[in-house]
Amino acid sequence: MEIPYTVEARPDTGLYNSKLGIWLFLASEVMLFGALFSTLIILRTGAQSWPHGYDLLNVPLATLNTMVLISSSVSMVLAWAALRLNNFGKFRLWLGTTFGLGCVFMVIKSIEYGSKFSHHHYPSTDNFYATYFTLTGLHGLHVLGGMIVFAYFLGPGSKMWKTKPEQFTNRIEVVGLYWHFVDLVWIFLFPTLYLL
Amino acid sequence: MAGNSVEEIKKETRVYILVFVALAVLTMVTVAVSYLHLSFIAAVGLAMFVATIKGSLVASYFMHLISERKLIYGVLMLTLIFFLALMLLPLGGFLNSTAT
Repeated sequence: MEIPYTVEARPDTGLYNSKLGIWLFLASEVMLFGALFSTLIILRTGAQSWPHGYDLLNVPLATLNTMVLISSSVSMVLAWAALRLNNFGKFRLWLGTTFGLGCVFMVIKSIEYGSKFSHHHYPSTDNFYATYFTLTGLHGLHVLGGMIVFAYFLGPGSKMWKTKPEQFTNRIEVVGLYWHFVDLVWIFLFPTLYLL
Repeated sequence: MAGNSVEEIKKETRVYILVFVALAVLTMVTVAVSYLHLSFIAAVGLAMFVATIKGSLVASYFMHLISERKLIYGVLMLTLIFFLALMLLPLGGFLNSTAT
């Protein structure tokens, strides 16, 4: 059975189904991260004292990670643009770049975590580290999730380009929306945790 | 709902590069401002202001919200209302407790 509206827009929504689906999913993700940000506000405003992020965390590494994630958002959108130009070779190049930048982000994050653990700073240490590890850990899991999807589209999932190029292009747009959201979350996490 | 002609896609690509440059510059601005060690309220306000500009650029151009269907805007408006409630309720409680 053919799944409807994978390429053409539904007449009532004006969107193909997976695009509406990803936006509804992202709305739920906003609430998930919103709840954690809200918790941070409650803990921070209710605390007698709260350390400055820049005194305890590695700002240069986090700044580098911010640049890495922003670059990966650009390479992601360029991968989608390459497909729309029917240039599959460039698509692979840009999506491979996005995957590589995701790896770089995770390596830098693991260096940061390693440094914290070596100084015996764990989520159980205090509320500051509990929120730091929870927020960055959940964000890191989202980066990892995106990378798994990229690996699929660089590997076995790319076969669809030969049989259903329009549906494949839509799939890349949808995974791109997810990836940009992950970037968007980091844009707010970075100053909140590291610079204040 | 991006255009599909080669010219339109190439034009969009140039915009993506410009947005990337703007995001990189704004990241540097955020970091530079943090070294000024402003008062906490001023630092939070400025950091969130710059982050909101950066987030708007990502959402508008990379997620192409600038030319999206009304249904998506509706979903996001509903999300925004609940998100703001999540942010403002604890802040309101804090301000109330400090006032009394």
